[in-house]
Amino acid sequence: MPTIILNKKVFEKLVGKKLSEEKLKERISYLGTDLESIEGNEIHVEVFPNRPDMLSEQGFSRAFSTFVGTKKGMAEFKVEKSGEKVVIDKSLKDIRPYTACAIIKNLRFDDEKIREIVQIQEKLHVTYGRNRKKAAIGIYPYERIKPPVYFFAGDPKKVRFIPLESDREMTGLEILSKHPAGREYAHLMEGLDKFAFFRDSEGKILSMTPITNSHDTGKITEETKEVFVECSGFDFDVLSICLNIIVTALSDMGGKIYSMDLEYPDRKLTTPNLSPKKMKLDLDYINRRIGLSIKESEAKRLLERMGYGYEKKNVLVPAYRADILHQADLAEDIAIAYGYENLKEDIPQVSTIGQEDELNVFARKAAEALTGLGLIETNTYNLIDKDVQTGMCNVDMGVVELIDPVSSEYNSLRKWIIPSLLSVLKDNKHNEYPQRIFNIGTIFKKDKKNRTESGVSEAVRLGVMLCSRTAGFTEIKQVLDFLMRMLDIDYSISETEHDSFIPGRVGRVSVKGKDVAYIGEIHPNVLENFDLDMPVSCFELNLSDLHEAIQR
Amino acid sequence: MKSDVEGIADTLHRYESAVLSATEESTTLDEISTRTGLSKIECMRGMQWLQNKKAVDISTDEDVFIAVDSNGKEYLKKGFPEKRVLKLIKKGPASFKDIKKGLKLSDEEFNVCLGLLKSKAAAEIKDGKLEITAHGEKLAEKETLEESFLKQLSKKNARVEDLSPEEKFSYQALKKRKSIIKEETSKTKRAELTDFGKKLKKASLKAGEREDRLTQEMIRTGSWKKKEFRKYDIRINVPEINGGKRHFVNQTIESIKRIWLDMGFKEMTGPMLDTSFWNFDALFTAQDHPVRELQDTFYVKNPEKGRLPGKKLVDSVKSMHEDGGQTGSKGWGYSWDTEKAKSNVLRTHTTVLSAKTLANLKKECLPAKYFSVAKCFRNEALDWKHLFELYQVEGIVVDPEANFRNLIAYLKRFFRKLGFEKIRVQPAYFPYTEPSAEVHVFHPIKKEWVELAGAGIFRPEVVVPLLGEDIPVLAWGMGLERSISEYFGISDIRQLYSNDLKQLKEIKFWR
Repeated sequence: MPTIILNKKVFEKLVGKKLSEEKLKERISYLGTDLESIEGNEIHVEVFPNRPDMLSEQGFSRAFSTFVGTKKGMAEFKVEKSGEKVVIDKSLKDIRPYTACAIIKNLRFDDEKIREIVQIQEKLHVTYGRNRKKAAIGIYPYERIKPPVYFFAGDPKKVRFIPLESDREMTGLEILSKHPAGREYAHLMEGLDKFAFFRDSEGKILSMTPITNSHDTGKITEETKEVFVECSGFDFDVLSICLNIIVTALSDMGGKIYSMDLEYPDRKLTTPNLSPKKMKLDLDYINRRIGLSIKESEAKRLLERMGYGYEKKNVLVPAYRADILHQADLAEDIAIAYGYENLKEDIPQVSTIGQEDELNVFARKAAEALTGLGLIETNTYNLIDKDVQTGMCNVDMGVVELIDPVSSEYNSLRKWIIPSLLSVLKDNKHNEYPQRIFNIGTIFKKDKKNRTESGVSEAVRLGVMLCSRTAGFTEIKQVLDFLMRMLDIDYSISETEHDSFIPGRVGRVSVKGKDVAYIGEIHPNVLENFDLDMPVSCFELNLSDLHEAIQR
Repeated sequence: MKSDVEGIADTLHRYESAVLSATEESTTLDEISTRTGLSKIECMRGMQWLQNKKAVDISTDEDVFIAVDSNGKEYLKKGFPEKRVLKLIKKGPASFKDIKKGLKLSDEEFNVCLGLLKSKAAAEIKDGKLEITAHGEKLAEKETLEESFLKQLSKKNARVEDLSPEEKFSYQALKKRKSIIKEETSKTKRAELTDFGKKLKKASLKAGEREDRLTQEMIRTGSWKKKEFRKYDIRINVPEINGGKRHFVNQTIESIKRIWLDMGFKEMTGPMLDTSFWNFDALFTAQDHPVRELQDTFYVKNPEKGRLPGKKLVDSVKSMHEDGGQTGSKGWGYSWDTEKAKSNVLRTHTTVLSAKTLANLKKECLPAKYFSVAKCFRNEALDWKHLFELYQVEGIVVDPEANFRNLIAYLKRFFRKLGFEKIRVQPAYFPYTEPSAEVHVFHPIKKEWVELAGAGIFRPEVVVPLLGEDIPVLAWGMGLERSISEYFGISDIRQLYSNDLKQLKEIKFWR
């Protein structure tokens, strides 16, 4: 979850009220955010990713003010016409087709405010902008720009400018390999032979989006009083909301918002559009969903606490809210305004009958029988090194492999349990013998009958392993025999071959004609691979198949 | 009331009473062992316990004994070398070389013999050969003092101070020669009854008439009726034993399942590997959501893609993402990619089981409650705080009449059964629930609020495609590993699944 840092003084001034630390913590939690810490003049707050509008000091304070009651209802923002144009070239169609822009005047920047602007931009990039892929934001000193502004697709081998914090001109391609932001975001330009650029009417390059601004025309300083703001990406609605979040925050810093006219190849639009979206209130649905019976007037009051407007059965959703898709979202905000702490629990008198999964019940019976024999149950991972379950066990077979596992030694899904148990013995050489263990776990293999949607079938298997000087075929067969007797199952054993076992000491166990297990003594080759110096006998029993077989 | 002496006498271990009965004023360990028929180790244990009870004093005497050494043992068998030389030259003079070779003597041994025989005037050298004297012929037939002394020593070690003057002479002579005799220090343990010990002995002899063990014989013959049984020291420490056991995490899971079953929930099961369609899309997680990226989620190489369920369901989910379909929702407003939904993924949460359960649920079965306790996966590096496989506990209530206040009530009951009396809910965010809540419990030991679970009502965009209409589905879930580690006092989370057999044998049961 993203964390933002609030300046305590600025925050208190914006909210218009000082709260004790305890009260602050409590109110912030019940608003659906989390106070992480207060360090001197800094308040660290965690914001859930559904509320990008709260990722700035201004946006957070705006939501908090109505929630604690120092302000009420929807915040109003005035937008004046600048009459300036942004011309969008049709060549951008497959590169980065959309932008939404605005101009903010009357700003007074200091170090603190510049930092705050950088924070908003970064947090939005990471969350709502999906690391600049979905939306990228550029903010430029308007004084250095001659409108109209042009948004176009340029040849990255030819277009040159000085990128941010650099001292020399580079081509677009050079920036990808030499500039830090270029290297970090180069993957976003993969497969493109033209890049998206902004320039002004004099041909000065403002930025190569979504990588970097120009050092000359794209760097905010303390002298900056007016800024040009653009958001670029692939979905105009997303960009509009993103722009709205930024301009309303800048407005709360004291700026005045001016619109710009966007000339798309096929239409003309004006941004920002800060008029709220209307949504009809379905109070009945909301009451049913939360379990309340509030009246319209109460609903209006609660909505206003959450920064909404309300008129004639319609909820006015602020233009910077990105998360209101359905009445259910209004229901949650009404519940938050009502206070989760004020909602009384209400247990419904609904009678249902509990029921455990039958295969799990069956597996538990097997486990009970084995613990009765003094065996210890282990719990091992479904993920395992491919070599451990194939080469080290003397077998060569296909297994389901993972793509780019972070823990690289766990790179496949296990196809059988015995390798997991051998690994357990390997890790327990320092402990006393005899070691008698079992493990119930899932195995994965290609679904040849195409019964599952994934194409992989899973089964629950039981592995039992004995390791001691006397651990031979007789001992392990005694365990299998006891287990089968307790489960009241008749079985037969036939000779078979398996490279993990000593030839002539391995058998296939079947029940009602279905093969359900291997049983035998592990081959000394395999023991050596697992660094074991004690005989091992074991069986691996498919509980899923066995359970199915005895149902018939 | 019994006196202290009688009380102690009643609970004496059988080693103790045996030792006590065999001990006079002062008795050696050897004697006690002979008299009691117990091994020396058993006698020592009895002596030590009695010493702890101040009934005997144990003392140790150190004695120096003379014993036969390695050469001495050899000479006892073959005879002393000088005697053998004498016997040889009795048959006629012999050269030094022939003697050494014939009797297999080393130069050193031969030189000692030569010196000895000459000093006793038993032989003389003539023409480079050794010849026996008349005195020598007599000596050859007679046992020397040294020989008889050595024979005696071989039967019983002797103390220097106990030797007779002749023996002392032989001792001095043999001591000079190589490895014939040696000195050994031996310790003799001895027990001496204290005054209390004497009283205890008397009382113990009386108690000794009581039986130590109840035998099968006594029960069969009924002879136990006339017997009294010795009292045991029931506070005595006994050796540890361990038995077969379930893995402690599985044992915990069983007891948590019991809570759900008690509350009338049915268990859900399903595959760990499934398509992204079920894991993400059916749960209204947008296709560009960061959780779907490779660094957080396990995708598989083979088969990389699976197949989607029926067209009706797929189309419905697609419309939820694109424009909200008929639900009144706006949807996420992007173009939904069928191929992306086919990617196989190791389930990132067990909520996928809830989605599949809803898809198979018939309306006439409502209201219904389901739960699962099962594994889910995160593409993480294994370290003391992180695992790539985790157990998740999850429950849903599908009830046309259910609401958020009901959810709070269910949560309270569930967490009370888990051992938390006080809970509170706070707003939270999950892509598939609205309203959403975090569940905090008041930790009875830490005395503070701890976040433990997530909860909410499934969004209509999730429920409508699966159930056909917007029926409230209450849901909550939590991870297990943190609570389990905390209960068992495990600070490195990897130890939950390290399967150290010593740990597994010794670890206590879940509460």
